[in-house]
Amino acid sequence: MSSKSDSSFLQFKNVKKSYDQKTLVVKDFNLDVKKGEFVTLLGPSGSGKTTVLMMLAGFESITSGDITIQGESIKRTAPYRRNIGMVFQSYALFPHLTVSENLGYPLSVRKLDKSDIKAKVGNYLKLIELEAFGDRYPGQLSGGQRQRVALARALIYEPRLVLMDEPLGALDKKLREQMQFEISHLHHRLGFTVIYVTHDQTEALTMSSRIAVFNNGVVQQCAPPDDLYERPSNAFVAGFIGENNFISGNVSAHKKKTVSVAVPGGRKIVAQNADVGSGEKNCIISIRPEKIFIQPTAHAYDNEITAKFVARYYVGDFIRYNFRLADRTEITVKVLNDLAAPEFSEDEDAKLVWLTKDCFAFRKERQ
Amino acid sequence: MAQKPIILSAEETVSARRELFRRKFMAFAFVSPLLLFLLFAFVAPISTMLYRSFYNPTVAVLIPQTIAAMKTWEGKSVPGTDVTAVFAAELKQLAKKRLSGQLAEALNRVRPGLSSIVKSTARKMRRAEDADLKEKGTELLMEANGVWAEKSTWRAVARAGKVYTVDNFLTALDLETNESGSIQRREATQIYVALYTKTLRIALIITVLSLLLGYPLAYYLANAPSKLANALMLMVLLPFWTSLLVRTTSWIALLQTNGVVNSTLIWSGLIDTPLELLYTQFSTVIAMTHILLPFMILPLYSVMKGIDPSYMRAALSMGSKPVPAFIRIYLPMSLPGLSAGALLVFIISVGYYITPALVGGTDGQMISNIIAFHMQQSNNWELAAALGTLLLILIVALYWTYDRLVGAGNIKLG
Ligand SMILES: Nc1ncnc2c1ncn2[C@@H]1O[C@H](COP(=O)(O)OP(=O)(O)O)[C@@H](O)[C@H]1O
Ligand SMILES: [Mg+2]
Repeated sequence: MSSKSDSSFLQFKNVKKSYDQKTLVVKDFNLDVKKGEFVTLLGPSGSGKTTVLMMLAGFESITSGDITIQGESIKRTAPYRRNIGMVFQSYALFPHLTVSENLGYPLSVRKLDKSDIKAKVGNYLKLIELEAFGDRYPGQLSGGQRQRVALARALIYEPRLVLMDEPLGALDKKLREQMQFEISHLHHRLGFTVIYVTHDQTEALTMSSRIAVFNNGVVQQCAPPDDLYERPSNAFVAGFIGENNFISGNVSAHKKKTVSVAVPGGRKIVAQNADVGSGEKNCIISIRPEKIFIQPTAHAYDNEITAKFVARYYVGDFIRYNFRLADRTEITVKVLNDLAAPEFSEDEDAKLVWLTKDCFAFRKERQ
Repeated sequence: MAQKPIILSAEETVSARRELFRRKFMAFAFVSPLLLFLLFAFVAPISTMLYRSFYNPTVAVLIPQTIAAMKTWEGKSVPGTDVTAVFAAELKQLAKKRLSGQLAEALNRVRPGLSSIVKSTARKMRRAEDADLKEKGTELLMEANGVWAEKSTWRAVARAGKVYTVDNFLTALDLETNESGSIQRREATQIYVALYTKTLRIALIITVLSLLLGYPLAYYLANAPSKLANALMLMVLLPFWTSLLVRTTSWIALLQTNGVVNSTLIWSGLIDTPLELLYTQFSTVIAMTHILLPFMILPLYSVMKGIDPSYMRAALSMGSKPVPAFIRIYLPMSLPGLSAGALLVFIISVGYYITPALVGGTDGQMISNIIAFHMQQSNNWELAAALGTLLLILIVALYWTYDRLVGAGNIKLG
């Protein structure tokens, strides 16, 4: 077992969950987490992320499957014996205890000496830069300060695993970005293992070592942020992470790793095959707005389509163009705001080009 | 950089003031019906009660001349004929107007046993001629009963003649003034202090019982799925929709000698002879706990509903076992509801009347029942007022203690 412990510190094996004995909220969840990793569960609201976290923390039963930590099943371990730290979206700081007492609570539960507790609480207060706030009550702190206390409280007893359920959801944008940085910083410094839940993709992309994209209780793809962005494995991930253009088309030829697709207003397009089966006739092609170029361009390209100009928006550091294909599919293109950004008049034809390595063909969702 | 204060022009100041006045007036207009109602329904009766407990005009109104003549009497011996003859004459007048009974009752309160003597003396004085009374009223009085030759009798008359008195409070506290004028425990029956103690004890038992029954239920309700919680809440509220009298009498049906409880126990063979359940302290406590339970559950429920389950989860995830986590985290957070419920139930039960009157028997009577008795049967409104005032003081004192210990800011009703 110890030989395996490094490669998979935490393991979900075919975990399923049903609340009503009829429908599955989590369907066959599998995930291996290494020690020290920062893994994010990313998915729309209601996709079952919290449920997974609650099963891991022991507050919800596992309908079938198993969760192991260091090779041992924790299915029958009581929540208070799991040694898992948790940060809640509501922070769950005890309102009738001071900041110091909140931080000291997990230590006093572990029957540490009073002096040890005091020293450790002092250290962590320093770590979160709230030394002067030890005697305040949570109600007397700002949102960001509460968040830091909640974080420190989940770390102070050095649990083997830290879970965070949308911990920054209640903060405004600026504070959220600052806290993202602080959490990443603490993670690098202390090296704990994190399972982080969010529905905010920017947050997931900036903080995580790996992201598991969740939808309908199934992991759609689990990969490092750049992989997820550059090589999405299905249409949901391509649409959920970042901005994307989707064009429907008909598959005309399958090659080894690519497919040729006929699209409206263009010739054949060659795209990398993500998950189109060999027998399938319909597919969707995705290209990111910043990977498309407008002719004339110095960039190399493999594919070309013609589209009608709709609008041009000045955003600041870049300029955003909207085009329309013959079947009224909208195409967005982002161009850096330099001298090369062209001007069009309404309904003027434009030629849009891109590389095969930047576009992917996906199976059409059967809904 | 110090900012210059912005000064309003005279016109602006006036309009701002007018606006403020208008808003205050509107606010007052909104609450004035309630204020008026409170004045009539609450402040006035309570002030009257407080006043009544000190104000004791009966005797002074019935025999004004005697009382006036006694002003100079020092109480060292039997008063002179200037008092006694006047008293004899006034007795005759009272007897004629059939008011001697009132005097007898009032004097009897100060000195038990005087009632029949006053009545018989009054009858005798009635038969005497006015002229005789004027000349030898004192002798006639002494002849009528030897009691009038005792100075303690006249002391009692003097006491009863005082318009403002604390006697009612002394009586309510089982005290009396002795010959030398100092306060001592009443030598005759001691009932009120014991009754207060019993009332507080019963109220405490009811509070603890409804807490033990209500807390787990409120916890369950607060954490149950909303559909189930609503259905159960309906059952908690059901007692509010049935008449208090119906609920109390149903306890009579349950607890009486041939009632449901006894029949069931006998049928099951647990007992041979029926238990005395009704007309005891036990029945008072049971019936009142049932009636007051919603007052405990509702504030508890509304406070617990607001406690996010993540607090307990956080405590558990940090390694605390469920019971210590409950005591250290959940209990303090539910304290506002707990204290509101407990205070509500305690205060309501201290002053409760109808249920002990119906199911309590003699053993289960509480202080309100004796107050009612003095108002309806013994016609001693002054004593009833004093007992009521003491009850009010007691409750205010308890609330004050509570505020000192727990803090009234901790009360939360919803
Ligand atoms: N305690 C519960 N009882 C019944 N259904 C639940 C419960 N908790 C969550 N669900 C359902 O499970 C689904 C997933 O919820 P959740 O795990 O909270 O999603 P997420 O955290 O991704 O938003 C939702 O449809 C939700 O309604
Ligand atoms: Mg959630």
